[in-house]
Amino acid sequence: MTASTTTPAGSLTAPRRRRADDVAGLGTARAGIFVAPALTLIGLFLLFPAVWTIWLGMTDYRLTGLQAASPEFVGLDNYVEALTDPSFWNSLWLTLVFVVASGIVGQTLIGFALAWSVRNIHGWVKALIEGLVLAAWVIPASVASFLWLVLMDRRSGTLNGLLGTDGYAWLIEHPMEAIILFNIWVGTAFSMQLFSSALSAVPPSQIESAKMVGASGWQQLRDVIIPNIKGHILTNTLLITLWTFNTFTPYLVTAGGPNGKTEILSVYIYETAIPGGQLGLGAAISLIMLLINLVIALAYIRVSRGRKKG
Amino acid sequence: MIHHARRKTVAAIALAAAGALVFTGCSGDSNGDENGPVTLTITANAITGGKNAAEADWVTDWVIPQFEDAMKEEGKDVTVEFEPQGVDDENYKTKIALDLQSGEGADIIGMDGIWVGEFAEAGYIKPLSDVGGDAVDGWEGWDQIPEAVQNAVSFDGDRYGVPQGADGRVLYYNKDLFEQAGLPADWQPESWDEVIEAGKALKKLDGVTPIQLNAGTAMGEATTMQGMLPMLVGTGEQVYEEDKWVGDTDGMRDVLDLYKTIYVDEGLGDAVLQQEASGRDTSFQMFAANQIGILLEGDYFWRSVINPEEGVGTAPMANRDDVVGYTKIPAMEPGSGIDDQDFVSMSGGTGRVLNPNSDHPELAWDLLAFMNSKEAYEARNEGTISITPRTDVNDEILSEDPMLTYVSEEVLPITAYRPPLAAYPQVSTAMQQASLDVVSGTSVDDALATYVDSLKDIVGDDAVSGD
Repeated sequence: MTASTTTPAGSLTAPRRRRADDVAGLGTARAGIFVAPALTLIGLFLLFPAVWTIWLGMTDYRLTGLQAASPEFVGLDNYVEALTDPSFWNSLWLTLVFVVASGIVGQTLIGFALAWSVRNIHGWVKALIEGLVLAAWVIPASVASFLWLVLMDRRSGTLNGLLGTDGYAWLIEHPMEAIILFNIWVGTAFSMQLFSSALSAVPPSQIESAKMVGASGWQQLRDVIIPNIKGHILTNTLLITLWTFNTFTPYLVTAGGPNGKTEILSVYIYETAIPGGQLGLGAAISLIMLLINLVIALAYIRVSRGRKKG
Repeated sequence: MIHHARRKTVAAIALAAAGALVFTGCSGDSNGDENGPVTLTITANAITGGKNAAEADWVTDWVIPQFEDAMKEEGKDVTVEFEPQGVDDENYKTKIALDLQSGEGADIIGMDGIWVGEFAEAGYIKPLSDVGGDAVDGWEGWDQIPEAVQNAVSFDGDRYGVPQGADGRVLYYNKDLFEQAGLPADWQPESWDEVIEAGKALKKLDGVTPIQLNAGTAMGEATTMQGMLPMLVGTGEQVYEEDKWVGDTDGMRDVLDLYKTIYVDEGLGDAVLQQEASGRDTSFQMFAANQIGILLEGDYFWRSVINPEEGVGTAPMANRDDVVGYTKIPAMEPGSGIDDQDFVSMSGGTGRVLNPNSDHPELAWDLLAFMNSKEAYEARNEGTISITPRTDVNDEILSEDPMLTYVSEEVLPITAYRPPLAAYPQVSTAMQQASLDVVSGTSVDDALATYVDSLKDIVGDDAVSGD
């Protein structure tokens, strides 16, 4: 929407947009020298591990035992094993629930609601609310998870103290709900900040006009605000989806338990590969996870391209 | 804004890719030659003020200064460092496996004997004499350490480490709670049913969990060693017999039925506790607070958990010697245990191995031999007594502690050991899962079916016994 070319004032025919091949005039060789360090880093830390993971995923490599000393090539066995294992599908389902509930619905909606409700407040009240929400984002994950462990502890937890439900094991009885709330608490600040800046960029004249013709708060939101910040919503949703999909922090709260009930995909890979010792199988599932990430990102690019054309 | 968003997309894809790649390694090491200053490191799952505190204190306060002084007299400038750990055994195992895999790690590493097989097969550790040289086989200590104890850290007929001691498992019970429930202070159950009956009597007390029999994966090997296996040998079966691993057998059914009775049917145990991330430590705290009636544990519990001495126990009980009773674990019925025994137990063994990546392997062996000398064990047992691997030391010290004398005289003769095979730790995990399934409400049939499936995946269809 802001990517249109500016036409020089007074020119009669707009020049056809043509992409310049060599804006800086460096030539291929010199340009290559400039990008070489970046490409080397990407190759070393991104491409090589990716290729290595693909190779590992086709072996029976383990952390200990005979297969650690001399892993054997097993082709696609690991993929077959992962895709026919009900616990993999269970983990994928848990991840979906986790992403939708804590990321897309929780963080995005609550973040927007917070940004919306503080947009007209100024002074210390706004600073306080934003400060509190940001604090959850700023606190290191290990500290935050410990706070939540203390909050929901079965024997001396704050929550049981407040509710008078002594001895209720929240993390055992409601493990998914617990990590979903935890993740909303940790991550809402990002959405709030992003929407805050998006809302401040909405032209006040449009809102004023809407008010003049008698639009209600809901109508302003639907017809003025949301069309203006669509791009932000899309970006936010993509980032939140990917972050939530890949996050490992819930492990610090429930360790994937009880009995695998909070084993989201990142935790499942860790449990399989490191404590379980099945590095080959873990690598195979990692690659599946990477592909899912790519699909999410590509879907987003499709949507944003479509929007641009429209 | 679109451009902006697309840049973020690229960044996000890069982030996602990086996030999905969990495997990286690093290495790089260098050190001085034999004549210059030398640094040796020792690691163990022990830490001052926490887990196995007595061992950590002994290493820092006795072993290190004494060994450094002895080396100085020989004209060698040796510094010894201790890298303490105080975490769950499973996490410690992961850490040392990763250390060794990347060619790093301390020169002397403490480990559970049952890991020796899989570490040796992976090539992470080597037979002691391959690493430490000729001095190893000539060491005086081997004559003092019984064969069965040496086997705890041996694999395929080779010694991989020096054992650290022997242990045995018993039933601990709280005499105060027993009195309140009208049970005898001098208790020796002769069958599982008698334990269940005592549990039912204890259940009438308010705020008391009658029986804590470890279950579930969160407790790791503690579930197998203090739960599944001592019960299994009570049915006359072993986890590995005649080249086969125990599958869907009568014994396994009896064991899982027992779990069902305790946790599901009679409600004598706390099934939720078995699933908590730090359930085992919590069970220790609860026992020390008089909230658990009967607990199956090793002598470790007596020495390092409820020990009232300052800075030694992680859940000290000031009146331990008066309140805590211990008794042998009964077989399912009298005579139904392995070798037709009336009572059974399980023993493990920890030890210390030499790191094959050590820059000074012969010096590291000197240090390891020094740590296992008679003087070293005497110093180790000044504060808290444990059963040492050396008979010359045991003869002198054990009489001072009635509990350890009991283990040494009554329990060790009837005990059983885990198979020293590389597949065992995986089988153990499958057993833990079976117990978890039962205590969280799955039927014994379904739990056994899942167990047999995963067992077959681990060892192959032919190596599983039972139907």
